[in-house]
Amino acid sequence: MFANHLQPNLTPDTVERIPTRYGYGDGLLEAGKRDERVVALCCDLTESTQTHKFANEFPKRFVQIGIAEQNLISVASGMAAMGKIPFTASYAMFSPGRSWEQVRTTLSYNDSNVKIVGAHAGVSVGPDGATHQAIEDMAIMRVIPNMVVIAPADVHEARKVTLAAALYEGPLYFRLGRSATPVVTTPESPFEIGKAQRMYSRNEVHEKKVGIVSTGSLLFNSLMAAEELQRQGIGASVLHMATIKPLDTEALEAFAAEHGALVTVEEHQITGGLGSAVAEHLSEVNPTRMVRVGVHDRFGESGEPDELISHFGMDTPAIVAAAQKLI
Amino acid sequence: MQYLSSEEVRSLERKANLIRQSIIEMLTEAGSGHTAGPLGMADILTMLYFGTMNHDPQNPDWEERDRLILSNGHVCPVLYATLAHAGYFPVEELMTLRKLGSRLQGHPHRGTLPGIETSSGPLGSGVSQAVGMAIAERMDNPYSSKFFYCLTGDGELNEGQIWEALMLAGKEKLSNLILIVDRNGIQIDGYTKDVMPLEPLAEKFEAFNFDVQEVDGHNLRSLNDAIGKAQSVYSQPSVIIAHTVASKGVDVFERDFRWHGNPPGKGPEDRVDKDEQSEVALRKLRTLADTIEASDIS
Repeated sequence: MFANHLQPNLTPDTVERIPTRYGYGDGLLEAGKRDERVVALCCDLTESTQTHKFANEFPKRFVQIGIAEQNLISVASGMAAMGKIPFTASYAMFSPGRSWEQVRTTLSYNDSNVKIVGAHAGVSVGPDGATHQAIEDMAIMRVIPNMVVIAPADVHEARKVTLAAALYEGPLYFRLGRSATPVVTTPESPFEIGKAQRMYSRNEVHEKKVGIVSTGSLLFNSLMAAEELQRQGIGASVLHMATIKPLDTEALEAFAAEHGALVTVEEHQITGGLGSAVAEHLSEVNPTRMVRVGVHDRFGESGEPDELISHFGMDTPAIVAAAQKLI
Repeated sequence: MQYLSSEEVRSLERKANLIRQSIIEMLTEAGSGHTAGPLGMADILTMLYFGTMNHDPQNPDWEERDRLILSNGHVCPVLYATLAHAGYFPVEELMTLRKLGSRLQGHPHRGTLPGIETSSGPLGSGVSQAVGMAIAERMDNPYSSKFFYCLTGDGELNEGQIWEALMLAGKEKLSNLILIVDRNGIQIDGYTKDVMPLEPLAEKFEAFNFDVQEVDGHNLRSLNDAIGKAQSVYSQPSVIIAHTVASKGVDVFERDFRWHGNPPGKGPEDRVDKDEQSEVALRKLRTLADTIEASDIS
């Protein structure tokens, strides 16, 4: 059954859909009102990344960098050195995609209090195609020491992540999506950096069981898959890991021990992201059978968001099929 | 600092000479590192830390200090030696350069050593960081008298990110930003004119809306005057193209790009044998020190 803090009536026909980047726009404005040290920088994508809400309210605390992502990151590092809390936004493919070394040296190694916001992550960017679909961003950020990596599930969680990022001292990355994402959580749902949340609990009458570990925008598909598995007589639970670094190892180990087999779900390459993080950890402490749902070493392509999620094997039937392999 | 008196010039030259000696000693002990750039920039660093900048070695995090951002991080031996001679940490610690556990990392790391404003080494990002600092300062205090001095190498100007940063500095009219280019004409693979021609360099900076000056990077009075003028530039960022001699002070190493990335003891042998390079360099510098004492500067 669904966790009690989630939206009512979670079905494909009734769920509301809002892009996660709107949560960033609202959260950034709110963070800016709470703390005057918060500043925003953007690379000619102000409205698309929803930075414009902040920029309109606080024009003197907004820096338009132009199309220059390497400069974006290092300028932010300089501003943080003077006591600011900079939020840098571009498309994830360009920052941290193009700005990786600047993130590593001038943010992480420098321990700069800068937030990296990668919008338009995942294949659900849609018609723009592979060049604009970042499906490697979590991998390249996760490997950097002193970095936090978060993939919020929906608009409400994206807002909470933004507010938490402003309070967190140090470099932090989170990704956002372009297309309308099912709204699963509510403004009251708990969020804490580094804490996994149980979003769906299996019916204990079923002997067969499987655990689904999701991150980011595919939480809704994971929940729908859990419902379907229950209907098939398989007890399925969903653990949402918005933060993939630092990994909530305590929750993960308990979840793995409870279910004995796991499916990981992410809109990302299956290497380097959530699936890798889970496999790496569990293989050392409690080797657990797993199937990783995500993009299998391919580039994206043009299409409608939902078509692409299905095409690349990340829709509800694909998650159900992955779980069935483990039973 | 206003016009430098003869005694002030002599005192600064003395400091620069000591810093050069420390550079030779620490590089020799480390057995690796860069020689040409650090020796070439000793006068610029001396001018800034012993003449120009508002700073307090006893209180390195003093909020009101001017900032020195070293973008060409590989020349850090000159920054380390200058900081030590200015009193940020003991001069003896220079001999730990590049050793395991040392605060003097092969390229600077912010947070481990007092006085280091940023980690650098990968080229091209220091100017951006200085631009970010200058923007942040102006947000808080439009009438601030703090200056942000950013040092870059000429080879470093090959990096695209430099020009991204220059565009933004020009757009934001950052009159609190003073860039100093170490124009020594060499980089690892050879002369800058062969590897990647930069000229017309002054015109490039002008086109990016910078106030441009060109000076002899070893003439302390010229440097002092240029920095003073840069400080008074209104509504524009400044650049001082400091023409320097690679490995300045050790004539048998000078102008040779092969000294870019080698320490004494591992440099080219056609003028001095490897095992004598360190000793010869120190002897040359001590002779130079005697000349400074005997000179009549007026």
